[in-house]
Amino acid sequence: MKDELLKQMISKAKGTQPAVQSIQQKQSDMTTKRITGSEAVIRSLLKEGVDTIFGYPGGAIMPIYNALYDHDKHVTHILTRHEQGAVHAAEGYARVTGKAGVCFATSGPGATNLITGIADAMIDSIPLVCITGQVTSPLLGTDAFQESDVVGISMPVTKWNYQVTSAEEIPEAIAQAFYIAQTGRPGPVLLDITKDAQFGELDFQYKKCRKIRSYVPETPVDPHQVKKAAGLIDKAKKPFILFGHGVILSNAENELKEFIEKTGIPAAWTLLGLSAFPTVHPLNVGMLGMHGNYGPNLLTNEADLIIAIGMRFDDRVTGKVSEYAKKAKIIHIEIDPAEVNKIVKADVPIIGDAKKALKMLANNVKKNSHSEWLEKFRECDRIEFEKVISKDIYPKKDGLTMGEVVRIASEKTGNDAILVTDVGQQQMIASRYFRFSQSKSCVTSGGLGTMGFGLPASMGAQIGAPNRTVIAMIGDGGFQMTIQELGTIAQNKLPVKIIILNNNFLGMVRQWQELFFDKRYSFTELHNPDFIMIGKGFGIEGHKVEKRENLEAGIQKMIDHKGPYLLEVVVEKEDNVFPMVPSGASVSDVLLEP
Amino acid sequence: MKREYIITVFSENHIGLLNRITIVFTRRKINIESLTVSESAIPGVYKFAIVINTTEEQTQKVVGQIDKLVDVLKAFYHTNEEMIYQELALYKVSAEALFESDQIEKIVRQSGARILEITKEYIVIEKTGHTDETQALFHELNQFNVTQFIRSGRVAITRDPIERLSEFLRERDAFLEQLD
Repeated sequence: MKDELLKQMISKAKGTQPAVQSIQQKQSDMTTKRITGSEAVIRSLLKEGVDTIFGYPGGAIMPIYNALYDHDKHVTHILTRHEQGAVHAAEGYARVTGKAGVCFATSGPGATNLITGIADAMIDSIPLVCITGQVTSPLLGTDAFQESDVVGISMPVTKWNYQVTSAEEIPEAIAQAFYIAQTGRPGPVLLDITKDAQFGELDFQYKKCRKIRSYVPETPVDPHQVKKAAGLIDKAKKPFILFGHGVILSNAENELKEFIEKTGIPAAWTLLGLSAFPTVHPLNVGMLGMHGNYGPNLLTNEADLIIAIGMRFDDRVTGKVSEYAKKAKIIHIEIDPAEVNKIVKADVPIIGDAKKALKMLANNVKKNSHSEWLEKFRECDRIEFEKVISKDIYPKKDGLTMGEVVRIASEKTGNDAILVTDVGQQQMIASRYFRFSQSKSCVTSGGLGTMGFGLPASMGAQIGAPNRTVIAMIGDGGFQMTIQELGTIAQNKLPVKIIILNNNFLGMVRQWQELFFDKRYSFTELHNPDFIMIGKGFGIEGHKVEKRENLEAGIQKMIDHKGPYLLEVVVEKEDNVFPMVPSGASVSDVLLEP
Repeated sequence: MKREYIITVFSENHIGLLNRITIVFTRRKINIESLTVSESAIPGVYKFAIVINTTEEQTQKVVGQIDKLVDVLKAFYHTNEEMIYQELALYKVSAEALFESDQIEKIVRQSGARILEITKEYIVIEKTGHTDETQALFHELNQFNVTQFIRSGRVAITRDPIERLSEFLRERDAFLEQLD
């Protein structure tokens, strides 16, 4: 309908007759056939190239599932055990493929169960198209059985949402949903389709959406801003590159590498920027953030120029903002204008797509090197290695550490696996010590910090990248939040390698209780079930490792196993994650030990 | 420094958009002082005038968040000085007070208000102006007991010679035409 309006406006402006437009329309490649709304949903998804749907049926979405029944050769549906599992799986799929993840849920509780995952996708800019069934339109607003105002509920956590109440609207609504989810700064979109719209009939014709008048996905990069930025970069003595998810989302990995190599500037990744650049690259100085590396945190406040690319200065990255990078000028490359100056004021904002901006920037800067400045990072690395890393990944004490498990898992997979994490200590340790050689290899819940994300996300990642090894690092707490998805993994024989790092604690909360709440361990100790027996109950092989001498062989056994595998590693109960920028402290006050 | 800003939002006419826009304020715990929505001079384009009392920095951020909503064409913000604006107020007082003395008639005449309806029981008075003016009239009339009172949201237009949205739409149309 919006397109119609747009066409009318354009034809008015041009003084052309609407008749000319309609002839053009008829000439374009469109086939017409009378089908049901449900059938139109599936056909529209196929037209968008959807190969996998994660979902859970129920009353209000049954017509769509009925239509899906005839298309099992064209599209795979993964029946999860809970709608939250479906939406996190769709996120995992989107993160490794770059395509929108698709999920189905029924009205009411089905739809509300999606909300956590949608919020997670919103804050981490993950493209999702969620389709929910809704009660038949005459019943809207009557507190009908399984009715909830999902459009209202999901509004603050979707990039866009829309309620479809007639079959005719379906193709265009789906086309717009995919366009909005996948362009500009990606995000989750929800379509709520009433049951009568699913049953209704329409003349089906599908046209991909390429424009919406009110929606500007990206603005062209301003060459003047690029020149200004290049000037600052060429002059800087201590420049520092920070890059995030935006690099992966715009497929700018090569451009980033070229830019970094030409300028010789040390570069650090955010949690969501992990894997966008090879871990072992000489100019990769590690991770930013509360539990990031020592150098990147400490030296942020010494840098004279910050070049932030596709990242949004999250509070976990900046620490105390009023003391953040005070000696530095800031260049901010960002596709979403609302992110510029939101937290950190940019001296030179470059609004637009990271790939295009980096290409232009690389053409405008001089070849350079900053070996002395880089050496400062390496000095920090040596300090961090001695005080933290060596104890984490090559421990001498009796108890197993999460760090050594991560190191061995990474090594044994040739540093080329996809890492999926849950949230908490294992997430931070895995992000610090897992090594990456190709992009789109890390799936983690950053902004929202959603416990229970790991297991279902690993299913989506495995389906999105069927030929790669997927390692899911999950704590004993988060594992039990979505443990039911073991059923989905078993039913679909997804060869995910699940490592439970079990410290019988909600480890990160316990760490904070130890450091900031006088060791008052209020409700953080867990009495856990026999995870291996649970796995076996689902038909998933596994075993438990409690001693160092069994660790390497245990991980090897897991990797060599053909199907899904559950490895439980009992780790030290009260280990802490360091370095740490305490909440509210400046990044340069990063602590290496308590 | 906190002060009054008028945010103007141009949008498509879509169900639920008002909710999407107000969420941006709710999230930051900013109270909306007044809100008016109507069709603009451009057919099919709706215009919101939202008054808030906050800092310029906060206003800029809010406008940025609104501007990026999919169904929003463009959002701007202005200070009161940059805009011509009015509000409308309606007052109901008992007819008795009108007939007992010429006071009410005087007040109405002096304040540039007008009487909309007179019945045996009550009169309804209308006044357009800024908040302080309509409020002043309320106080004056209230000596005769105002039984009902309502003030509209603010309607405002810029002092710019052109609608800034037209510029945006022209650029947008040219860009979208390129795509075809």
